[in-house]
Amino acid sequence: MAGGVFAESGADLELVGIQKRFPGFTAIEGMDLTIPAGSFFALLGPSGCGKTTTLRLVAGLEEATAGRILIGGKDVTDTKPYQRPVNTVFQSYALFPHMTIIENVAFGLRRRKIADATGKAHEALRLVELDHLAARRPQQLSGGQQQRVALARAIVNRPALLLLDEPLGALDLKLRRQMQLELKSIQEEVGLTFLHVTHDQEEAMTMADTVAVMNKGKIEQLGAPEVLYELPRTAFVANFLGQSNLFTGPVEGTTGDSISVNVEGNRIVVPKSRAQRHSGEVTVGARPEKLTLHVTEPKPEAGTNLLGPGRVIDVSFSGVSTQYIVAIPGLGSIVVFAQNMGVGPLVGEGTETWVSWKVEHGFGLEDEAPRQPRFSSDTDTASIALEKKRALMSELEEA
Amino acid sequence: MAFSAFASAAPAQEPAPKRRSKIALLLLAPGVLYLVIFFLVPLFTLVTTALQAPTASGDIGQYVPGFEIGNYATVLAQYSPQILRSFGYSLVATVFALLFSYPLAYFIAVKVRHRPLLQNLLLVLVIAPFFISFLLRTMAWKSMLSDESFLVSALKGLSLMAPDAHITGTPFSVIFGLTYNFIPFMTLPLYAVLERLDTRYLEAGSDLYARPFTTFRTITLPLSAPGIISGVLLTFIPAAGDYVNASRQFLGGTGTTMIGNVIDSNFFDLQNYPAAAALSIILMSAILVLVIVYILLSVYVWKTGTEGLL
Amino acid sequence: MTLQEARALGTVMETPAPRPSRARFSLGRWLLPVYSALALIFLLVPIVYTFVFSFNDSLKSNISWRGFTLDKWTNVCAAQGVCEAFGNSILIGVIATLAATTLGTAIAIALVRYRFRFRTGVNLLLFLPMATPEVVLGAGLAAEFLGLGADMGLVTIILAHTMFCISFVVVTVKARVTSLDPALEEAGRDLYASPGQVFWRITFPLLLPGIVAAALLSFALSFDDFIITNFNSGTTDTFPKFIYVSAARGVPAEANVIASAVFILAIVLVLAQQISAAARRKRLAKVQ
Repeated sequence: MAGGVFAESGADLELVGIQKRFPGFTAIEGMDLTIPAGSFFALLGPSGCGKTTTLRLVAGLEEATAGRILIGGKDVTDTKPYQRPVNTVFQSYALFPHMTIIENVAFGLRRRKIADATGKAHEALRLVELDHLAARRPQQLSGGQQQRVALARAIVNRPALLLLDEPLGALDLKLRRQMQLELKSIQEEVGLTFLHVTHDQEEAMTMADTVAVMNKGKIEQLGAPEVLYELPRTAFVANFLGQSNLFTGPVEGTTGDSISVNVEGNRIVVPKSRAQRHSGEVTVGARPEKLTLHVTEPKPEAGTNLLGPGRVIDVSFSGVSTQYIVAIPGLGSIVVFAQNMGVGPLVGEGTETWVSWKVEHGFGLEDEAPRQPRFSSDTDTASIALEKKRALMSELEEA
Repeated sequence: MAFSAFASAAPAQEPAPKRRSKIALLLLAPGVLYLVIFFLVPLFTLVTTALQAPTASGDIGQYVPGFEIGNYATVLAQYSPQILRSFGYSLVATVFALLFSYPLAYFIAVKVRHRPLLQNLLLVLVIAPFFISFLLRTMAWKSMLSDESFLVSALKGLSLMAPDAHITGTPFSVIFGLTYNFIPFMTLPLYAVLERLDTRYLEAGSDLYARPFTTFRTITLPLSAPGIISGVLLTFIPAAGDYVNASRQFLGGTGTTMIGNVIDSNFFDLQNYPAAAALSIILMSAILVLVIVYILLSVYVWKTGTEGLL
Repeated sequence: MTLQEARALGTVMETPAPRPSRARFSLGRWLLPVYSALALIFLLVPIVYTFVFSFNDSLKSNISWRGFTLDKWTNVCAAQGVCEAFGNSILIGVIATLAATTLGTAIAIALVRYRFRFRTGVNLLLFLPMATPEVVLGAGLAAEFLGLGADMGLVTIILAHTMFCISFVVVTVKARVTSLDPALEEAGRDLYASPGQVFWRITFPLLLPGIVAAALLSFALSFDDFIITNFNSGTTDTFPKFIYVSAARGVPAEANVIASAVFILAIVLVLAQQISAAARRKRLAKVQ
């Protein structure tokens, strides 16, 4: 911003009624969002959901079709990028190839005529532990190093708001995990407001203290990662952020603090406080790791939902845990994660099983799950193959 | 950065495993031999011709091998105005061509990048002058700028020009012609380098508090430097040696003759071959200085090696 | 920061009526396109002039407008020497192009595919003709031909044109060879093709677009060359030389006719190529 003052701390970002239309499609539709000062905020969504457009609007690289953008209470909607107290860590890093690392980092300070630009740039490079490479050119650095230079080049300006556009997207998995932790600790150290855009749900949940899940130009849900995960409000969130088992049916009864839903003759109980709707057709669900597999029919218990019997149609071992897919007639395929506490899987394919979970782990959605999953169970290739296999086996046995 | 404006930027494949083979010599020999006979030998012939002495009888066009270093002194003394004028005119024309071409190349390379058909059609318009004879283009300007032309009568009618003033035959018209004729040579290399300019650098500049002009000065301009240097050489070299624009039948007059004109007249009218050769060597030497700077830049600054020249 | 704060401030906030941001009419946004349009028009002015004056009912000189006629188009060869000069230019262009394309393509393949000594020397030998003023090339060749006592004419012009076209062929074809995946040739060898078959059935067809581009460029360079030609042509006229020689007494409108026809032919070819390339891009985009 003009005046060359460093932001003492981060500033609030407010988006009010933001709309962005491109020729032929609308990228963002009526978005309202407030990001409080000092927070690490993640915008999470699939590609094309409008998250990068949102970021570019905040940076001033795109012009909003309608709406206002306020940073620290000041309307910046009509200002140019270079007038905004905002800096970006670009996905491609965009390090100037014709300048050395130190020239890159000092660039913003020089533009604002801040005294001792080089000294401050060295300081920022020390923060990312790359001061020894100050005289090199960007091409001579590894991807991870370039990423850290890009970060230093942005934070050295002490922007009120730091924008990160999938900054870890180009790194390999191991480096990515490491940089996630570093970024998080740097944010805590400098105390700036971070707005981070990513399509990696694990990254968003690890780093951010608030996550907004975006879909089709709208924010579907916003909250702390654990709340978002434990209590998704829409089918999109339930499936984009981790996996979910979803069931749809009419509410057939309510007790004081819970509703019970009839799903093809099975009763599923969900606490009222965890359900968005309490009547009519509703979609309820539970996370795979909350589910327990039983090889013998357990006694029905209050406070537990029990489904079954069904058959295990797929077992995939992944080290820490094993994923079982259980086909229950009328309910489709249910995914269960079980920690590998013992040696090897609990049950094999074809085993008759029951599935249960605690009522307080269930959730009820605002919208309905796409209807497809309920019916696809009979037609998906896995179950067809399984049916064939079973038919052949029984034929063999009979012979 | 290819020196030629015509080379398309090919996506670089992994370098092929380069083999040594007799086939290489077979492929190279005919072309290389050809260039030695019809490029290197002629240059060498110029060097020896420039040192020839007149025959004892003093017949016009008759010379004997000699070592007349004095020929250089003679032509330098006689033609220094033309020599200096050549470099002056071409320098001014090069600067004008650069100023004219940069915004045009930037527009085509960056602003319409997302519309490839339009981009290519605009490029075709830039090179369209190549498809019509260079001499006819220059002739057309001569007609349009001549004393009888609409433009000149209009300017005179509006008293913007003195009644006895001319446009053709002046340094202005010669520089104008040189600029016009060599603009595509400047625009194409600028286009080639700007086409590869990553606009995300410009966004990053803007994000880092650089105003548009500062972004241009600190990012766009340095990143396009190789294109500017190629364009300057591609424009300056043919402009310095040109003698069509400066000739009296075209845009020049008696006071605008350039080194090319005097080489031509020494060769054909005076048949003073040593003088023509000496002037050629002087021109070539001056150009060589620029070319060597360019080669050194390629090898040591841009690190493209002598491969990058082609 | 708590979830509730963000939630309360964020999603629950009352939406004010979206305010369209001011449609900014900025001069800056229009300056560059307008300038570019004017610049391109400026570049085309002499072409339009030449075309228009090909319909001029001129007498000897074609400077002032004397009325519209198609005579010059229907009777191109009426002006003495113009058709002969044009024919010479075509003949020279074709032969020089064939020679330069053959020699240059061989060099381009050698440069990309083989290692050899004196590489830097070869690179410089190819680069220097492009960096030498034409008047020096022309005078040098003429001095050499004079020294050899050769008759200046078609042969010397063709020899000269071949020389300056080679470098441009190398540059153009080299770009194509570089972009050619060597694995294709290796696959050919793997599939029992002899070296000759690899070249004619794999390498050559893949290089053909580059070779054609190089040939067209050579022809254009040869066809329009004046300075080098002027030094090495003796009494033989080419089309540019015809214009230069007749410039003193006035270029006949027939020359405008020929130049305009060549221009239209070239532009139509280039546009057709561009438009078909654009259509191919569109089809490809649809497939993906």
